[in-house]
Amino acid sequence: MTAVGATPVETTPVGTTPVLEARGLTVRFGSRDILSGVDLAVRAGELVALVGPNGAGKSTLLHALSGDVPASNGVVELDGRPLRASSPIDLARRRSVLTQSNEVSFPFSAREVVEMGRAPWRGRPEADADEAHVARAVADAEIAPLLDRFVTELSGGERARVAFARVRAQACPIILLDEPTASLDIRHQERVVERLRAHSDAGGAAVVVLHDLDLAAAYAGRVVVLDAGRIRSDGSPREALSSALLSEVYRHPIDVHPEGHTVRVRPVRTTRPTSAALPSAPHAERHLDPRRKDHSAHD
Amino acid sequence: MSAAIARVAAAPGDDSDDPTPLDRDSDAVIAHHRPARRRRTLTWSLVVATAALAVVSAGLGQLAIPVPEILGSVALHTNDALSTIGLGGIRLPVAAVPSHPNADATLWSIRIPRITMALLVGAALAVGGALMQGVFRNPLAEPGVVGVSSGAAVAASVAIVSGATFAGPLTSPLFAFVGGLVATFLVYLAARSGGRTEVVTLVLTGIAVNAVCGAGIALATFLSSTQQREQIVFWQLGSLNGTRWQDVAIVAPVTAIGIVGALALAHRLDLLALGERQARHLGVSIERTRVIAIVLVAVLTAAAVALCGIIAFVGLVVPHLVRLVLGPAHRALLSVSALGGALLLLAADTVARTAVPYADLPIGMLTALVGGPFFFWLLRRTRLRSGGWG
Repeated sequence: MTAVGATPVETTPVGTTPVLEARGLTVRFGSRDILSGVDLAVRAGELVALVGPNGAGKSTLLHALSGDVPASNGVVELDGRPLRASSPIDLARRRSVLTQSNEVSFPFSAREVVEMGRAPWRGRPEADADEAHVARAVADAEIAPLLDRFVTELSGGERARVAFARVRAQACPIILLDEPTASLDIRHQERVVERLRAHSDAGGAAVVVLHDLDLAAAYAGRVVVLDAGRIRSDGSPREALSSALLSEVYRHPIDVHPEGHTVRVRPVRTTRPTSAALPSAPHAERHLDPRRKDHSAHD
Repeated sequence: MSAAIARVAAAPGDDSDDPTPLDRDSDAVIAHHRPARRRRTLTWSLVVATAALAVVSAGLGQLAIPVPEILGSVALHTNDALSTIGLGGIRLPVAAVPSHPNADATLWSIRIPRITMALLVGAALAVGGALMQGVFRNPLAEPGVVGVSSGAAVAASVAIVSGATFAGPLTSPLFAFVGGLVATFLVYLAARSGGRTEVVTLVLTGIAVNAVCGAGIALATFLSSTQQREQIVFWQLGSLNGTRWQDVAIVAPVTAIGIVGALALAHRLDLLALGERQARHLGVSIERTRVIAIVLVAVLTAAAVALCGIIAFVGLVVPHLVRLVLGPAHRALLSVSALGGALLLLAADTVARTAVPYADLPIGMLTALVGGPFFFWLLRRTRLRSGGWG
């Protein structure tokens, strides 16, 4: 597709030593433990989805893994070294981070923003590949038509795609993403997570916070379910996602059924809307959960 | 004819039938939409306009000096300088020699130092503004508006009243620098929340800092002798009247340091526009960048305020206009703003000293007269765009 080909990843043997690891991680805001005693080791070749209800600590875990939030107890290590021991520029060449909000304070063009993703490589031999990485990132996020527009005047979803492209252009072996699909349409939700899967299949590592359990199950090789600051389950979608566990942590009945090597996840609708409110039942069901639209054929 | 119509008719269909931009040539992706040509054109127009205005301005005043005589005088002095540094072989042609007996003295001891000062201070103020906007991530931040200038002025007036001279002619610039530094840090700490500076907090912080500094200046004025009082009043109004070469010698290196330092930060300021966390994840050491930027803002503001008083809004108007033409990338923004600020302040000072015969208007009054409404317009636009006081 581009001159870059597969994601450049330093050759860490897949599945051996963790590239990113949290041990006994506790994060406390005031007197409240947002995370308590979390152990998570991410290895090269893994795409790890962090899921869980609101306030479970998914974003905080991602912040702690990226170094934005200090650990109150425990350690976070990148390549076996504590995060604090590395300078920002060294970290920026090892892992890229996509934060949840991406407000740009001046009217830079989308192209300029994506090119900023190459900043950590300025003045280094890797900078020779700047154009190829930018072109690949632009293709991944499908933002070619937006490149000459100001990011300040793009829609939320378009801005999110530009930010995703910037993080892709950075071309780090490890990618951390906080709800990258939150404001995207279905095509781009699938595309973003599919690109992350391609990245991990090529030997990279990615940790992504997702709300869509079915999307997580479809692409992530490993799913971590968080609830109240603790890891409740951690494994392949078939191991980590069970109807009983999900129904408990989300406090809503959730149906999980195996399909191929993974599982399909969907919420159970216990209450039907009154027929007066909505024209027909099947339409009403889809209306209740717009994220399910693309999978309705399987239902 | 019919073929052309067919092409036109087919064109929209071609666009909409292309949902996947993936296959497009990657060359198209890399094409640049803010050509360097635009930057070059603007840079050269500003250089030419500034040089032309400097020459014209040197001829204006109570003693009018024609342009050929000015150029001739400049050529003579340049030739003298060249021979003293051993380059006597290079000679500039001398078009005409100043005819009036006082013309040469007027040019070299009054007008040219003043013009040079206007250029330096204009550049310092514009770069200081652009730098401050970059680090505050807010296009409305400006040393005069948020109180950095009055912080510098209150410290400079303390230097006058106390009669401190421990650093010779550098005493009051030094005081101004410290005052400006304290004010910038204060505003920075007070106006920020969550890595951003909200417009309303920024403006309110500016009101508070300006009020306190106003009180400080009032106290200094109250405590001072008649002669000192005159000096302090001159500060508050802002003027380039009476600029000597000694003053230029202080301001020039300080301004140069400030501008070079700001340009060295340019790339990091671009990344900072993405957000502080985002910039750190791209390898920017936020804390260091922040401290360097604040010190540079104080240096640039002090360079201007210490000798010329409070000249507000230059740092607001110039970077804003440059951003409209060249976009927000800081390397171009800072360097072209320096030129634009120099031109603007030279124009303002030329008006200040020639608009009313035998009177020297305070230049701070002129810039505020233009800058105040401009600030108001910007504020209104920002408010409309972000749907509130974001």
